[in-house]
Amino acid sequence: MFGLKSDWSLSANDRYFTLDDYARSLPRWCTGCGDLGILAAIHRVCRENQILPENMVSVSGIGCSSRLPHYMNGYGFHGLHGRALPVACGVKSRRPDLDIWVATGDGDCFSIGAAHWVHALRYNMDITVLVFDNGIYGLTKKQTSPTTPEEYLTNTHPTGALLPPLNPLTISLGVSNISFVAQMVDWNPPLLYETIKAAHDHKGTSFVRIIQRCPVYMEALNLEMMDDPANLLLLRHEDGIPVPEGVDRLFENQLEHDPSNLPAALGIAADKSKMPVGLLYRNDEALCYDELSSVGLDMTYEEKLAGVNAALDKFSV
Amino acid sequence: MNDQLISVQEVSSAAEDLQARDTAEPIPEHIVEIVSDSGEGAQKCGQTFGIVSARMGNGVWTVEIIPAEIQPPARTPDGASGIRIRVGEALMTNMGNEANLVVAFNEQVLRSRLASSAYKAGTVVLLDNMWASDPSEDIRTQYSEALEEFAEFGLEVYELPIQTECLKVVPDPRKGKNMFVLGMLSHIYSRDTEQALNEIANIFSRKSEKVISTNQDLFRAGYVFAQKNVPYHYEISPSELADKSMVVMSGNQAVGLGVMASGMEMVSMYPITPATSASHYLADDFHLTGGFVHQAEDEIAAIGFAIGASYAGKTACTITSGPGIALKTEMISLASMAEIPLVIVNVQRGGPSTGLPTKVEQGDLLTTMFGAPGDSPKVIIAAATISECFHFVTLARRLAESFRIPVIVLTDANLATGVQPFERPEVTTDWFAAPVDQSDWDENVPAYDWDEETGLSARAIPGMRNGGYVLTGLAHNRHGKIAYDTTSNQEGSDMRSLKMATLAGTLNRPEIHGDADGDLLIVGWGSTLGTLEEAVDVARENGHKVSSIHLRFLSPMEPGLKDIFSRFKKVMTIEINYSDAANAPRISEENRRYAQLALLLRAHTLVDVDCWSVVSGHPLQPGNISRVIMDRVGEIGGDK
Repeated sequence: MFGLKSDWSLSANDRYFTLDDYARSLPRWCTGCGDLGILAAIHRVCRENQILPENMVSVSGIGCSSRLPHYMNGYGFHGLHGRALPVACGVKSRRPDLDIWVATGDGDCFSIGAAHWVHALRYNMDITVLVFDNGIYGLTKKQTSPTTPEEYLTNTHPTGALLPPLNPLTISLGVSNISFVAQMVDWNPPLLYETIKAAHDHKGTSFVRIIQRCPVYMEALNLEMMDDPANLLLLRHEDGIPVPEGVDRLFENQLEHDPSNLPAALGIAADKSKMPVGLLYRNDEALCYDELSSVGLDMTYEEKLAGVNAALDKFSV
Repeated sequence: MNDQLISVQEVSSAAEDLQARDTAEPIPEHIVEIVSDSGEGAQKCGQTFGIVSARMGNGVWTVEIIPAEIQPPARTPDGASGIRIRVGEALMTNMGNEANLVVAFNEQVLRSRLASSAYKAGTVVLLDNMWASDPSEDIRTQYSEALEEFAEFGLEVYELPIQTECLKVVPDPRKGKNMFVLGMLSHIYSRDTEQALNEIANIFSRKSEKVISTNQDLFRAGYVFAQKNVPYHYEISPSELADKSMVVMSGNQAVGLGVMASGMEMVSMYPITPATSASHYLADDFHLTGGFVHQAEDEIAAIGFAIGASYAGKTACTITSGPGIALKTEMISLASMAEIPLVIVNVQRGGPSTGLPTKVEQGDLLTTMFGAPGDSPKVIIAAATISECFHFVTLARRLAESFRIPVIVLTDANLATGVQPFERPEVTTDWFAAPVDQSDWDENVPAYDWDEETGLSARAIPGMRNGGYVLTGLAHNRHGKIAYDTTSNQEGSDMRSLKMATLAGTLNRPEIHGDADGDLLIVGWGSTLGTLEEAVDVARENGHKVSSIHLRFLSPMEPGLKDIFSRFKKVMTIEINYSDAANAPRISEENRRYAQLALLLRAHTLVDVDCWSVVSGHPLQPGNISRVIMDRVGEIGGDK
């Protein structure tokens, strides 16, 4: 079997996988939900890279975002609220051969799972982490999330969210050993595809915050951003996210930003006046914890037995 | 200093001479304590004494005496730090009653042990007399007052110039006095000096040659000093175990070795007393079997990481203690619901809440069994000995994979730090986990293809072609699909519970220690085995019809209990956890809160099981338990 890839190159694998091979059941997200576009982009990246479906593990927590494994072929782990990252890291720890996707949300990742978020970034295991950030708790119906804009009316803060929202970009960029931080919007499919592809291709933990529309509970916020592209700032660089031809015309604000420049990335992330889209930071040299945790995988049973006996010898009387 | 040094040759030749001409009194066993301020090395001294004794073929049981604080003030009863070593001809199964001989670095720490009923009239105390001439008048007064207190109690105190003697070898005996004391004890108990000197070299193997030789000099000096100045010299014959190939280690080291011998490759943990030393051990040796210790960011992440590895086909282990179990509860429930094999070791400590971090309790039985949303069945086994700490971890891995279920191994602080010899396990490659199955999955077989007879199902592992499914903690059907319908959750719950019944069907009835019928049956679990059986033996020697059983499987429960109970007039548990005393104020049959195993046994058998339990933080001692047994036998008018 062989197949034609989207860039017109030929693939000569034994098995060729189409988009359908990466889909599972029909998504049950709301009509107009930004998650649908993210899912389509992930499927495209899988097809482009011809990932073996049986080697894919999609790990999620709880929330609208975390339904993703049910819509992905291969293996899925729809676990506990906030705990996708420890599970995903555990899968990778002794199975470096598996291709790990993590789907999480602003509540799941930045609130209940915040400790794991910070530490997973520091572990920098080779996994792709996509945060579906709609700025609200959707599944449980409109409670304030860490990224809900101040004064936005929610069911837990009916007179308006009390605190300024948390900035996931500055926090992520502040974590030592961070290796990939990107931000994208769900309503630009070509750029979203390129962003997720770059994230997946990166060796290490690629953290992508995706600004995602919730047409049911957070319509106002996203409409404003969609309607006025002046709110966005496109980050461009030859080492950054490739910008497909024509797409750049959508952005009146563009900035040449070298993704190896951490202080500049922090400056862009901290600037509240515009929402940056593109690659803020990448470091291909950062230490990957999975290379440490997978030590000894090639050991034979005879070597292990000798190891047990050597250990017992130390306690022998 | 140099002119005060004892020459090495002089000391060692003296030691050899003395060993030859001294006659030693044979004794079956002794309980020895070394107590000091924190940081003076009493525990290292006692552990070495225990290891040398085990190497000589003696039975040994050690218990650490741990101060309440990390840096307690010097010379205070609260700061008492040290170790108890029970050494004898036979296998030692518990800490015993009052000590026979104590070496104390100051008199204040001794007071704390006296208050804990660790000593009796006639207990021999070898006390450093440096405080008698301390420049501070307060200290001199404290010292003399304490000595009066000891004399009144009946302790046989020998004031010895330990500090002065150590000063002849080292300028600061605070580091090294412990090895001098080890030398003293080695003479008193006729220990093999070559073994001891080798062990000292092992202890300081990461330090310089100078450090090793100085400590060996201190040992030799102590040996000669005791020979000249201590009027006690004993001999303890080797046990029948001496001919067998043995290993000697702590319960936490045994847990770590069990992980390695089971073929598990991953321990994911977060530091918590008293569990952490198991991971310390693994951090040193896990590489020998290709394993890795992951120190996670918190308890939840630790178990989540282990669950991830297990889900991916590499059954993993997480090691924690009570508060950690509380944090892991939701994850344990997920492993139960989604049928992920997982080994959880709970080294129990005193509760509730942060409780008594360094002390022993059997307080987590009910929380491990029921502490989860809904019905989350899991296997719970409790190690009773240090040998079982090793073997139960290997058993746990096999059970977890065969039954696709989390398995909790309960140990406790007493086992964790206690040291005991046991028969060296003959590990073979069959003990190791099978390689991860990556064969093709039959696409017609659902993710949970429950066998209606057993509840068991095969497990698709990532990498298996056609095996893809979504594991979820939500109610799901056989296909692993989220299912909120009226039948799926019932069926899933039935199948997960059925596995427990299937496992229960493979278990044997507990062995009865003593006669199969009588007046009183004691039921125990966990680290109290040796104490309970010793106390039962004392009662039986006194003519009482008392027997005991000791449960290892607590979930599912071992079979035949109702039948065994029916042959005794009264059944009671003895545990280290909380219960209301039956005669306490306001307590009636209706509102009495029972010890944890007692509560379970009452529900399980409908027998009126009584209980006695304490939460003092101390291991049970056979003398106290004998008295509890005699009291109960008296109450039921048992025959004599």
